[in-house]
Amino acid sequence: MRYLPHTPQDIAQMLQQTGHDSLDDLFATIPEKFKINGKLELPEPLTEWELNAHMDELSSTMCAFPKNKIFLGAGSYPHYIPSVIPSLISRSEFTTAYTPYQPEISQGTLQGIYEFQTMITELLGTEVATASHYDCGTALAEALLIALRKKKKLNKVAVSSLVHPHHRQMINTYFAPAGFKMVEIPMSADGTTDLTAVAAMDDIAAVAVQSPNFLGCIEDLAGVKAVADSKNALFITSFTEGLAWGLLKNPGSFGADIVAGEGQSFGIAQSFGGPGLGILTARKKYVRDLPGRLVGRTRDRNNEEGFVLTLSTREQHIRREKASSNICSNNGLNALIAAMYLATVGKIGIREMAQINHDKASFLRDQLVDAGFEVAFERPFFNEFALKAPRGFGVKRQELKKKGILAGLSLECYYPALKNHYLFCATEVFSRQDIETLAKEVKHD
Amino acid sequence: MTDTTGTGGLIFKEALLWEKSREGRCAVSIPTRDVPVAALDPEFVADAPELPQLGEFDVVRHYTRLSQWNFGLDSGMYPLGSCTMKYNPKINDVQAARPGFAGAHPMIDDELSQGALELLYNMEQYLAEITGMAATTLQPAAGAHGELTGMLVIHAWHEKKGHQRSKIIIPDTAHGTNPASASLCGYESVNIKSGPEGILTPEAVAAVMDEETAGIMITNPNTLGLFEENLREIADIVHAKGGLVYGDGANLNAIMGIVKPADLGIDIIHFNLHKTFSTPHGGGGPGSGPISVVNELEPFLPVPRVIKTDRGYQLVHNSPDSIGRMLTFHGHFGIIVRAYAYIRSMGAKGLTDVSKYAVLNANYIKAGLKDDLHLPYDRPCMHECVFTDKNQVDTDITTLDMAKRIMDYGFHPPTIYFPLVVHGAIMIEPTETESKQTLDQFIAAFKAVVKEAEETPELLKKAPHLPKVSRLDEVTAARKPILRG
Amino acid sequence: MKEINELNLPENIKYSKDHEWAAMEGDMVTVGINDYAQDQLGEVVFVEMPQVGDTFDEGEEFGTVESVKAVSELYCPISGEVVAINEELEDAPELVNNDPYQGGWIMKLKTENPSEMDALMDKAAYLEMLKG
Repeated sequence: MRYLPHTPQDIAQMLQQTGHDSLDDLFATIPEKFKINGKLELPEPLTEWELNAHMDELSSTMCAFPKNKIFLGAGSYPHYIPSVIPSLISRSEFTTAYTPYQPEISQGTLQGIYEFQTMITELLGTEVATASHYDCGTALAEALLIALRKKKKLNKVAVSSLVHPHHRQMINTYFAPAGFKMVEIPMSADGTTDLTAVAAMDDIAAVAVQSPNFLGCIEDLAGVKAVADSKNALFITSFTEGLAWGLLKNPGSFGADIVAGEGQSFGIAQSFGGPGLGILTARKKYVRDLPGRLVGRTRDRNNEEGFVLTLSTREQHIRREKASSNICSNNGLNALIAAMYLATVGKIGIREMAQINHDKASFLRDQLVDAGFEVAFERPFFNEFALKAPRGFGVKRQELKKKGILAGLSLECYYPALKNHYLFCATEVFSRQDIETLAKEVKHD
Repeated sequence: MTDTTGTGGLIFKEALLWEKSREGRCAVSIPTRDVPVAALDPEFVADAPELPQLGEFDVVRHYTRLSQWNFGLDSGMYPLGSCTMKYNPKINDVQAARPGFAGAHPMIDDELSQGALELLYNMEQYLAEITGMAATTLQPAAGAHGELTGMLVIHAWHEKKGHQRSKIIIPDTAHGTNPASASLCGYESVNIKSGPEGILTPEAVAAVMDEETAGIMITNPNTLGLFEENLREIADIVHAKGGLVYGDGANLNAIMGIVKPADLGIDIIHFNLHKTFSTPHGGGGPGSGPISVVNELEPFLPVPRVIKTDRGYQLVHNSPDSIGRMLTFHGHFGIIVRAYAYIRSMGAKGLTDVSKYAVLNANYIKAGLKDDLHLPYDRPCMHECVFTDKNQVDTDITTLDMAKRIMDYGFHPPTIYFPLVVHGAIMIEPTETESKQTLDQFIAAFKAVVKEAEETPELLKKAPHLPKVSRLDEVTAARKPILRG
Repeated sequence: MKEINELNLPENIKYSKDHEWAAMEGDMVTVGINDYAQDQLGEVVFVEMPQVGDTFDEGEEFGTVESVKAVSELYCPISGEVVAINEELEDAPELVNNDPYQGGWIMKLKTENPSEMDALMDKAAYLEMLKG
């Protein structure tokens, strides 16, 4: 096998040095009765060329961007990835390094993550950002756990029912063994969270909303802040489409305590949902409560500037059962991709990109309304929105799949009241023609 | 100092991104606007965020220079104990980047994602076969996330049986993630000490195992690189009191194809695909931490589950006893694809050879350095060996000094000061992909460092000398944290 | 690290088995960590302090001290209510290292059980304990 460099001569010399008679002799401490009799039942090994053929076959069955037109976001968004990103991120000094525990020979990763932390706080209006979490859902669950640790006597949080349904499912999973409770805040008629419902909730450690929310609507973050303050609860927000912050007022400007987000839109391939990028950022006063790694700036013995992992006493390898979280490996390489993306688009590009996303989505919505769809919510949106479909759309949607077009996501299984409602998304990758073709195909006759 | 790879090369300086920024530059190709501008209500709109403004070449040069300050596995030997820094095959990256996979949306209908579902289904079977388990979930994002998933499964299993328990047994050699994962589930850690030979004794477990204890978390081979010879007996003790045995699979690289963890009495085990199955660690992640379980625990695994039917592969979302969901979508698919490609390239014999050569390499290092470094447990080791700085105590040179100096010789240092039970630990895991020639260079370099410790200790105290920066002031970094520019 | 005979252990204060010190004036007790504890920890980077108004039992955890690579819990040597904390430590945690008995004090307690002081060790007894 080409990854194993041992020649028969090497093996013989090495065994002589270690004092073993054979390779099997190396495993003498394993009781004989437990050793595998025969071999593992796995497929026969493939050559490089056979593997390529096999994987080509598997991957070519997939309905995927850019070959197919998938008008769907809901937590995973098709965006252009500038060529510089795959080129730079494939440098193996980045990809094949371990966690930067030895800072002298890890300055590339460390400066890259420090720059990531800086740009994320700039984008979201917060003060500290971690070196990354797994994805938005896990980051949100951790944010809520911070609130519960800060408010020790409470065991409840209020979470908008318009937070991504998978994220709410994850919060319940994370909460179950500790006995914490998530109370869902209902939606109001305009497609945003019904903040008046929070008034009746007592003893809540946090109020959490997603904005833009799962239906695409931009939430009233000032209202959420007021309601959280009135309950003496932490104000937590999440987001799944990071490009929105190229255009919208950021959560920090509304006084959010902790922001959890998904960074996939920043140059990271959708890749069937993972690995994405969990963003976790907060006001400075929560710095010691944050889970996971932080990079800090310092100086070396020669007074040269450099970077190190810092405040690591919060972490599991020192704190063990008292750690702020169990996280060890994070999604650091994807944080570096996001940093590269943000550096590439820059101040000018992120604004243009965000505006074009909103333009394309607005055009798609108008076209679909002309084709017989009804606007479900009047509330402003960024690049996705819900519509009520005309009769017969379900059948057309099935037929379109055969043409490689995916026309939105049915919302009924997530929100039973939203019968015949679909969630659509358009980003900069869809041309006017793509959108017009979709509208023509689904036009109610 | 002959035949080593470390030299002082040309090292570039490079400013922070925003220091390079100039008003008006932009490195992205702005997509054509073929639809009208749709103005959003100004109430919602902010000024553009103050991101740096750079040209495309600025970005390229910036990250190229940064990369040159990193030591990667492709740069040189990376013998970090418990991290299994083996070669990351390039062909695996090719598979993950295939457009059909890279551009796949995770929420499209099952019939449109058959290739991905087939891959996930088969990968689950392979991992179950390797460990002797009945079922696998690929959802956990990393090893610690797999541990948490496993703990949630244990918690749910006890809950279903009607009597929740409050404690979990964790040996003193465990990774820090073990107690942290257990405490996220509300379990109190009961720490037990390894026996004099560096492995757990059945007596130590029997003394604390009771009907309020949910189970035990055990790493095998353990973090001293030793096979837990009493594991089956320990598992029987735990099972007899109604507990479960969780296996931390971080060190699976030593026993793949040699022994199946299920045969040793383990009920749940996690994998680190970024260790054993060759996916790149990415300077901190993303990893992937699937877990496999015995038959009785399958109903508790997170949803959705992939099943194979007459009409192809399907995702099943309803499973009444499931713990729920651990990640937004289907796990770290891009990492799983790479690990799948690795297993398909290696086959059964290849994976078994991996374990054999990994153990051979560790024993070779142990034999090569045991006259120079103190060996706290002189027993047959598995895939890694643990030394200490005890022989150097008279020279005032510590493990840290030797670790820093080995960088100058062109090697990444081993894991140091872990496991915690060994004072001044130096934990070396060479992995199977290093050749005898590289191991010989590493042994010679370490011997030279040990010699320097006696003859020119100042050289070690001030090491490293060749990297871009010397030792950094971590105290000021923690006292007055500067976490953004 | 210091040898036992190099430790600075004032005579007029009391020591707990967890290496805190306590000094009484009236019903007020000042608490900190002693020279041995600060030396073992190394350079202190952060002290997590209680809040004024918190009450603690004797032996209860009231905060933590962190160095770069370790965290130690602080245990209350005597029961009482916190009436003051050393806010200077927020910006200058190194005072715990450089001046453990004066500038590096951590909190002041008002106690209702001054007799608990008698259960603590004097310098001689504490040194005996260290020598084991």
